[in-house]
Amino acid sequence: MNRQNVGVIVVFLILGVLVAARAFVGDGMGRVYTRLDPVEMVRIDRPVLDATLVETETETQTQTTESVWVRSDSDQARDFATASSQTVAWNRSEPVTPAEAFAAFESGETAGIRLDWPRTIGLWVAAFFTLAIFSFLYKDNPFYKVAESVVVGVSAAYWMVVGFWDMIVPNLLGNLAPGFVQATFLPGLDAASPQWAYLIPATFGVLLLTRLLPKGQWLSLWTLAFIVGTTAALRMVAYIEGDFLSQINATVQPVYQVVTDADGGVDGYATFWASLRQLTLLIGVLACLTYFFFSVEHKGAVGGVARLGIWFLMITFGAAFGFTVMGRIALLAARFEFLFDDWLWLIDPTNQRVVASAVGLLG
Amino acid sequence: MKRTVPLIITATVGVVLIVSNFIPAFRAWGEEATTFFSIIAAIAFVLGGGSLLKVHLRKISDRNAGWGYSIVVLGTFFATLAVGLLKIGVTPNPAFPDMPWAGDVQARGTAFWWAYEYTFKPLTSTMFAMLAFYIASAAFRAFRAKNLEAMLLLGTAFIILLGRTFAGYWLTSWIPIDGPFSGLRIEELSVYIMQVFNTAGNRAIIIGIALGIASTSLKILMGLDRSYLGGGN
Repeated sequence: MNRQNVGVIVVFLILGVLVAARAFVGDGMGRVYTRLDPVEMVRIDRPVLDATLVETETETQTQTTESVWVRSDSDQARDFATASSQTVAWNRSEPVTPAEAFAAFESGETAGIRLDWPRTIGLWVAAFFTLAIFSFLYKDNPFYKVAESVVVGVSAAYWMVVGFWDMIVPNLLGNLAPGFVQATFLPGLDAASPQWAYLIPATFGVLLLTRLLPKGQWLSLWTLAFIVGTTAALRMVAYIEGDFLSQINATVQPVYQVVTDADGGVDGYATFWASLRQLTLLIGVLACLTYFFFSVEHKGAVGGVARLGIWFLMITFGAAFGFTVMGRIALLAARFEFLFDDWLWLIDPTNQRVVASAVGLLG
Repeated sequence: MKRTVPLIITATVGVVLIVSNFIPAFRAWGEEATTFFSIIAAIAFVLGGGSLLKVHLRKISDRNAGWGYSIVVLGTFFATLAVGLLKIGVTPNPAFPDMPWAGDVQARGTAFWWAYEYTFKPLTSTMFAMLAFYIASAAFRAFRAKNLEAMLLLGTAFIILLGRTFAGYWLTSWIPIDGPFSGLRIEELSVYIMQVFNTAGNRAIIIGIALGIASTSLKILMGLDRSYLGGGN
């Protein structure tokens, strides 16, 4: 182990000691409380009063019943549930603030509020990973590499799972085997007859997976060709309609922009600035397009306009840079807020632990 | 066969979709094709997962440098995959509680949500947040106001940065907000730059991109650009 690795480990150990010390000062830190809310549903057969709204084979039927699930503590459950009614129960956890939790523990009326161990462990795991990623600012180290490996593993699986439940099940299986999908995964799905056209993406999907086989990998090119053809056609139309034409349409506007005041008269001051703004915009777009036009040599008047275009583009890039930096700094602030607020409980911008602090001081 | 069929597929799909865009009765084909595309993209994630397995299993079996981290990759991959596909910890859908597979896998409190909330989200957002340091460092080393263009870029970035902070507001707060020079307040200047100069530059760039995409798409659909098939022409 070289000196730098020892340095990283020492820094982490010091942080660990500081965190351990923080855990025993005041109200502690890094805990998540939830309220356990038991849910029990019961299936009832309730009468449908307005038979005209129900499609029945005999139009003369005046009273029918429908089978629905309702909460077991609802009025309908009390009226229509029987001893043989089917019930299903589970627990739902709703997060509560530490302030609420401390107040409940102090008064002795916890009402299902408890320390949520899985989420508390999750909070500490998230804090560890946040620090592990920040450790790269010093240099590459084993903590960072572990965090990096976790990102790769989790994100690959995350997108696979999301793709499966959000796309493959409802759109592919839901169209090829709607009855099965409705009965198993998506009860709200309209179980129409199968749409055999969806065999096309299924086939192309299977062909794509041939890339993993030792032979026949060239078959995946067929899928790639489908993707490229679809993207090229859809993007071409979308960009021409949505970007090219709309941007020209927004630019080619009257330079004289009349702004009226509350009395309906022309506001000269505002009209002047609005017109200047429109004129600058028009000149800027034309100058930038001139710079992008390479069929004419950028000399003389064209060169002058192109140079003006460069100035506009430099301002655009400067603005984009400023915006990007601000975006990243906002993300950075959010991570620090997570560390100091959610984990270390050192700051409390949303007053989540006000009561907790008071209780701690009283104790 | 290996190159002709893909070219025919690309041209056929592309031409059919473009033509369908001009025939109202067939306009829905575009939406259908988008759904097909999304389904194939979802299946491509399986390909990505398979490829990940292949690479890291080989690394482990060959005992290559850093093979221990490959175990972490595969461990977290399989764990997340298992809790997501098996819907571990998913509570039933209140409307259909008798169907255990009908619950939402991404709902708060599920094991998959836990993996997202406490690993994926903090890790990715911290990685992006770290770019703040690197952008600042790169800017400090690279930005030199040695000519007019560089000064414009630097000055604009400075005004935009200040305009989004309290410091920027405070610096020019002495200029009356309803006076004729209110436009010189940094927050106003920042808005003006974004609405006029930035819009002008972006419009020209967007028009250029749109033209570039249209010409590239046509080249692909007509078979002039075959680079996506690999192996040159």
